[in-house]
Amino acid sequence: MTMRPQPRFPEPDTQPFWDATKEKKLIYQTCDDCPEVIFYPRAHCTKCGSLNNTWNDSKGLGTVYTFSVVMQSRHPAFKDIGPYAVAYVDLDEGFRIMTNVINVDDPVNDIKIGMRVKLAWLDQGEGEIALPMFEPA
Amino acid sequence: MSQTREVAVVGIHEYPLRVAPGVSALQIKAESASKALADAGLSWQDVDAVYDNGQNQNIGGLSISEYFGFKPRLIDVTSVGGTSYEFQAHHAATMIAAGKANVAVLTYGSTAHSGRIAIGTAGATGQGAPTPFNNMEDSWGMTGIAGYGMVKARHMHQYGTTMEQFAEISVATRYHAMRNPEAVKAMTDLEFVGVNEITVQDVVDSRMIAWPLHLLECCMVSDGGGAVVIASKDVVKNTKKKPVWIIGGGEATKYRENGGDITVSAGAQSGPVAFADAGVTPSEIDVLMAYDSFSITVMLMIEDLGFCKKGEGGDYVSSGILKFDQSGGPALNTDGGGLSSNHPGERGIFCILEATRQMRGESTSQVDNAKLAVAVGNGGQLGARHATSPIILAAD
Repeated sequence: MTMRPQPRFPEPDTQPFWDATKEKKLIYQTCDDCPEVIFYPRAHCTKCGSLNNTWNDSKGLGTVYTFSVVMQSRHPAFKDIGPYAVAYVDLDEGFRIMTNVINVDDPVNDIKIGMRVKLAWLDQGEGEIALPMFEPA
Repeated sequence: MSQTREVAVVGIHEYPLRVAPGVSALQIKAESASKALADAGLSWQDVDAVYDNGQNQNIGGLSISEYFGFKPRLIDVTSVGGTSYEFQAHHAATMIAAGKANVAVLTYGSTAHSGRIAIGTAGATGQGAPTPFNNMEDSWGMTGIAGYGMVKARHMHQYGTTMEQFAEISVATRYHAMRNPEAVKAMTDLEFVGVNEITVQDVVDSRMIAWPLHLLECCMVSDGGGAVVIASKDVVKNTKKKPVWIIGGGEATKYRENGGDITVSAGAQSGPVAFADAGVTPSEIDVLMAYDSFSITVMLMIEDLGFCKKGEGGDYVSSGILKFDQSGGPALNTDGGGLSSNHPGERGIFCILEATRQMRGESTSQVDNAKLAVAVGNGGQLGARHATSPIILAAD
């Protein structure tokens, strides 16, 4: 089976995030100089421009903000897996992540906006990164 | 702010074919520039400003100027996706009004269809230089269409907008397309199933591409292009056609943000700026050329530019006023739109072209006594990062 497109390196903004997934940790940044939660990862604060920030562990619990169910994808990794849900999930710590919502029978009807979800890792190989996905909590 | 009439669209050309094997994007641009200048009654030598999206050539604004053979005193490469041309028209109007140039040419060319570019369904390739965006988005199988589907889903959830209401946008657009011979040829050449007027039921019965977006809510992938010539009021005295004045413009961007409202586009910011610039209100607009990549894009433009209140777009579009022969609000996408006439990837230029035709009285779905038009582009990905620029045009 064709691999999904993988994050590529060197890419210093997102490397710490992906390195943490090898230990099944979902991490995010907060600004040290203002209340901003920074996501996707960057070395600067998108609110105040500060270069001081801290990495934190997320509990991996959140809410489906919105989603779409892909019926037609031409990418070889996706074109034969049947309808799948891409989503934005709002984590309880205040960041919004693009992801897939998995482990539902019928994504159109079983996923609801506002539904509680929890982290479910999809391994990408021994010693490799893992993809943070979500399933009904 | 009072309305000024310093700068006008004086020449236009829309490349007539949507399936154009054997020609290059650059050739489409040059042919369109030549014919738009002829439309204006201006010469190749009159051009002193080049606006471009920086594609199709190695060194952006330099290579394209060389290819054309222009000797510009002003070059602007603004590339913000499908609304690049509204940004460029806004810049050109500003710079010409300031006396920095007299005749600007904006061109677009694309062979997306013949090049078999699956704009909406390809998903990320996982190739190329790494970027933060790609690294956080490529692995999820997000397709272009699904990105817009996420916005539509949230709109339906937040405001109760229905599938049938969204379908009205496709129905009105096709109604106009069937009156435009180039759109009919486009749909025929692209082998549309059913080159005819469509109903709301047709739309909601069409195949789901990315829930909740149906096939008939998605734009075509065509070849094509066009050109716009923008000139100063001094040049206007010697042009062939009635000038169409650029009286206002605005620009803004919007991103996926923590806690942000995905149903509000950048148009909520750039719309009021453009109307204030023009000194007119949405209720005065006769024609709305809104980039219809998908039905949801138009819904957000209608709401965020103030044609109705936020969240009430569903009722607005289903009140039957979108068609060119109905009163009560501006006619929508009277050329047939990206849904049914022309979408080679960056449709924004066609919004300016048809708005200009309407202000000249040359549309195939001509609105009676049309005086004011909005051309609003939306570039990028509506649900991730996008730019929205409306420009406001006035008949002479």
